[in-house]
Amino acid sequence: MAFKQNSVLPGFGLSLGYSIFYLSLIVLLPLAALITKTFDLDWAHFWSAVSEPRVVATYKVTFGASFLAALINLVTGLLIAWVLVRYSFPGKRLIDALVDLPFALPTAVAGIALATLYAPNGWIGQWFAAGTPIGNLFGPEGLPLAFQPIGIVIALTFVTLPFVVRTVQPVLADIEQELEEAASSLGASRWQIFRLVILPTLLPALLTGFSLAFARAIGEYGSVIFIAGNMPFKSEITPLMIISKLEQYDYAGATAIAVVMLLVSFVLLLAINGLQWWSARRLGRN
Amino acid sequence: MSSTTTVNRSAATTEAPWVRWLLTGLALLFIALFLIIPLVSVFFEALRQGWGLFAASFTDPDALAAIKLTLITAAIAVPLNLVFGVAAAWAIARFRFKGRSVLTTLIDLPFAVSPVVAGLIYVLLFGAQGWFGPWLAEHDIKIIFAIPGIVLATVFVTFPFVARELIPLMEAQGSDEEHAALVLGASGWQTFWRITLPNIKWGLLYGVILANARAMGEFGAVSVVSGHIRGMTNTIPLHVEILYNEYNFVGAFACASLLALLALVTLAVKSFIEWRSARLAEEDRRHATEE
Repeated sequence: MAFKQNSVLPGFGLSLGYSIFYLSLIVLLPLAALITKTFDLDWAHFWSAVSEPRVVATYKVTFGASFLAALINLVTGLLIAWVLVRYSFPGKRLIDALVDLPFALPTAVAGIALATLYAPNGWIGQWFAAGTPIGNLFGPEGLPLAFQPIGIVIALTFVTLPFVVRTVQPVLADIEQELEEAASSLGASRWQIFRLVILPTLLPALLTGFSLAFARAIGEYGSVIFIAGNMPFKSEITPLMIISKLEQYDYAGATAIAVVMLLVSFVLLLAINGLQWWSARRLGRN
Repeated sequence: MSSTTTVNRSAATTEAPWVRWLLTGLALLFIALFLIIPLVSVFFEALRQGWGLFAASFTDPDALAAIKLTLITAAIAVPLNLVFGVAAAWAIARFRFKGRSVLTTLIDLPFAVSPVVAGLIYVLLFGAQGWFGPWLAEHDIKIIFAIPGIVLATVFVTFPFVARELIPLMEAQGSDEEHAALVLGASGWQTFWRITLPNIKWGLLYGVILANARAMGEFGAVSVVSGHIRGMTNTIPLHVEILYNEYNFVGAFACASLLALLALVTLAVKSFIEWRSARLAEEDRRHATEE
């Protein structure tokens, strides 16, 4: 096959050439610089930089909190998509538009707003503070939300809220009502129809939304640092570790950790592409 | 979209009223807790001590410098990515060539990279220790801890927005109209300005407002390259951070409320474009059935 199929439309060379030039300049060349920079380190140094106990603790916090946040959004995202597609209630259009707020609201703004709300004297945090009815359920200290690892989960849940809703919504809207009617006429209960007919159809979209949320959460920085408290070994996230290495002029250390994060991002990107291909095929769009 | 299906649902394909109420209530409670209350609290905290202090936050020269820098950054980054987005969409949606799907994936790459890593890559290229660091120092050009670095980091994080909006749109529209224009004797540029651009203008606007919101609000990537020099290299989000860490909460939330307002305008424009394209699709369908 030739490089390009024939077409009478003009501008192929110009548009493709410029696209590749700009992509290389802004994205590919700088990423290549990051990867070659790690070759300055020998393997032993690289390994000690990425396996330092304080850094390993940040992987656990970052992956754990991201997984929890994505899991919360898997359930609530399905719920919100369900309610928006299937039920009608006043203000539905407004709520639908508002779901995208975390994509539009700068992360630093979300960070300071959530930190203030969930602090022990904040609008939401005060209900969980020591000595309150809800707080007492969790012991004499109450349930501190901000400046704790749980604060990271709260921030990440906010930031990744739209993903599952937006991947599930169109698929749910496309499900043919006849399928559910058929299942019902064959004697299935409503719950059985949900579990055996609707849920399997939604599965690829749910998984795609979950992985998009997880991938975004792992790299997130702005919203988290205000609410996390940033205590070493307890509530430090990996992106913060890169920043603090940079502030100590430890470029090699920062680069090594960044390469680990980059590899994780690539693997997730491949997984997401695979999932999207699978879900398109499942829906018969390929 | 869904209003008609809701009305027509038979008892077999919907839930009991109490289940519907419970699910709707739970969904709204979650949205109130995680979206509405945080949004309202930004404006509440900004105005907590009255209009006077709120307004005074914007007379501070550092705040004004931050606003100016944010506007300049977005004014450079967004048009650059707009031109790229149109070029990439033209190449990818109008031609079939080897490596087309690889190119599409690579365009999305900046979304997969952590903002902090995005900032770091430019430090490694242009910083004092970086590849071009010694050369830049020799010629007295500052990129890192200066405005060019901030613009570069912003270009990186907003890179895919316009392209990923236009590619599916142009694929769906097909190239029949462009072929017709060429057959009738229009030049390539005439075809682009008179046929393609009018057809994609709403999708273009959609990509641009999303890129703009991200450009003005980016924190992580810009934070790494900025150097946090007050009045010089602080954008609004970085200024918010400094004020917040100094316990100047009114000032921090006042600047944050500007960005929250920008987010609301972005959502409004976005909803309008979506509503408009849904209505046009509806009209198209009606015309098709009438014929």
